[in-house]
Amino acid sequence: MLGFVIQRLIQAAAVMAVMSVIVFVGVYAVGNPVDIVIPPDATQDVREEAIRRLGLDLPLWRQYFLFVGGVLQGDFGRSFIYNEPVLSLIAGRAPATIELVLISVLCATVIGVSLGVYAGYRPHAPLARAIMALSVLGFSVPTFWVGLILILTFAVSLGWLPAGGRGETVLILGVRWSFPTLDGLAHIALPALNLALFKMAMMIRLARSGVREIMLTDTIRFARAAGISEATILRRHVLKLIAAPIITVFGLELGSTLAFAVVTETIFSWPGMGKLIIDSITLLDRPVMVAYLILTALLFVTINLLVDLAYAAIDPRVRSGEAR
Amino acid sequence: MSPPVLDVVDLTTEFALRGGGAARAVDGVSFSLARGEIVGLVGESGSGKSVTGFSLMGLIDPPGRVAGGSVRLNGAELAGMDAEGLRARRGREIAMIFQDPVATLNPLLTVGAQMRMALAAHARTPRRAADDRCAAALARVGIPAARDRLAAYPHEFSGGMRQRVAIAIALLHAPSVVIADEPTTALDVSVQAQILVEMRALAAETGLSLIWISHDLAVVSGFASRILVMYAGRVVEQGPAEAVLRAPRHPYTRGLIDSLPAAAKPGEPLRQIPGGAPSLGALPPGCAFAPRCPRAAGACRAAPPVETREGARAWRCLFPLEAGA
Repeated sequence: MLGFVIQRLIQAAAVMAVMSVIVFVGVYAVGNPVDIVIPPDATQDVREEAIRRLGLDLPLWRQYFLFVGGVLQGDFGRSFIYNEPVLSLIAGRAPATIELVLISVLCATVIGVSLGVYAGYRPHAPLARAIMALSVLGFSVPTFWVGLILILTFAVSLGWLPAGGRGETVLILGVRWSFPTLDGLAHIALPALNLALFKMAMMIRLARSGVREIMLTDTIRFARAAGISEATILRRHVLKLIAAPIITVFGLELGSTLAFAVVTETIFSWPGMGKLIIDSITLLDRPVMVAYLILTALLFVTINLLVDLAYAAIDPRVRSGEAR
Repeated sequence: MSPPVLDVVDLTTEFALRGGGAARAVDGVSFSLARGEIVGLVGESGSGKSVTGFSLMGLIDPPGRVAGGSVRLNGAELAGMDAEGLRARRGREIAMIFQDPVATLNPLLTVGAQMRMALAAHARTPRRAADDRCAAALARVGIPAARDRLAAYPHEFSGGMRQRVAIAIALLHAPSVVIADEPTTALDVSVQAQILVEMRALAAETGLSLIWISHDLAVVSGFASRILVMYAGRVVEQGPAEAVLRAPRHPYTRGLIDSLPAAAKPGEPLRQIPGGAPSLGALPPGCAFAPRCPRAAGACRAAPPVETREGARAWRCLFPLEAGA
């Protein structure tokens, strides 16, 4: 087991090294920030001074190693635009995104898996058909449109929930969170629902097909033949047997939503990281872009590692390295 | 003679077909099982032997259903019993083991967890006592160091040992009847023989009655005291194993015996029954075996033959083979 973890950590480090090069070169290719950062009427001296100060006069490979050296000491550089350390800039925005995404992905998983298990267990029941229709809807309707409809319905027409912003926040561990307050939760509800619909649809389908397949196996027949009750079979056998794909999708969705919740954050004016990355791209704020993309890569690598560990925790065959 | 442990009369199981109508997978099967008796249920794939087993367990899933007949287990009628009543009897009075032990055991749970689950289905037992009972059950089917093996996962056992675990689970509550659905087919021949010998000893020792389902007449012949031969959902011949094998009355039984490799002389091609098993959705109106039967005449194609009884033997054939043939 320890060997497994070490092997995965080495892989993760390799992936991060490759990603950092790709990101750095890619962002370098996007455009020259000098034209945006320095006023057009600046003199040649001021211009060159600024270029030197930002380190843009160095060859790319030296810029890269300077950057990597900084990162290893926890310094991702300073934003060209805000003139603030990039890390604190991102850290200031991250909690809003994290709480929104965690709530939506968790709700999507819990509700989606429950509905999917039911739909797979009783595939011909009217309720199961209704659930499947709902999941098709969740798949096919675009997120931005659902967001607008949610605002129109619940915020404008009914007036039950606020249309945007984070609402009242509480300071925990030096970070502002919305979820502990009632007002905050009311603000989270609509954007979280908006983000959750597509994921819930996916979880429903995943759980349903898994359950349908497993209910036909000899494992379940044998359990029934031993007189084990249906509730116990679902809880002890089926949920465990369908867990692997669900954990995978949970991890992927968590990562991609954390990194790219832009559309929903924009519609609900949610002050998360999505807005930050869009601004940094339009303003060619290179340090923010690079740091954001690398942190995103780190996030995915970490999530994948956790998913692999979760596999090993569930499946003894993975633990013993005998993947069959 | 004591009353039979299991008495099956006219058991019929149907599967609804897509275009309406139904296929009879089990058609009027009747037999009874005495305490400690081993009955071999033989037939080709699709002859309805497994469906018969699942019907007895009350484990037919829609679109199938037990359409008629009576199943009395220890005197209680199972036909028409509610789901909870059936569940309470499954595993405690009647149990089942399956062909492939790799597929029956859950790969993600320890053997101990699966055994405790089966134990808890019928008896609330404190953890230590439960472990004791599970270890004893494993030891009884010949698993060494049983207590330590409770923490092992199925993939840490060999195929034969896995099947022993499944057998131990089926025997946990000392049921009176065990239906064994080809449990040795997936195993090595030597392991197969061991398990057969051990199961027979268990049956003799504990009074357990066994229904041994197999497509392999050779396996059943030395093992069962009585043989039921199934064809297209019907029991076409039944009787004491030795008598049926020595002098089969039904041409299909004859065909099965002749197609055993042991029946052919070395160098000669193996004999086989011409044609293939009929589809249950499109059975001929008369005897289902008639299209493949060397003795069939016009009358065979008119109506399915009724059962002829003679002492302990019975067959469904208008032109049975001679008793001495």
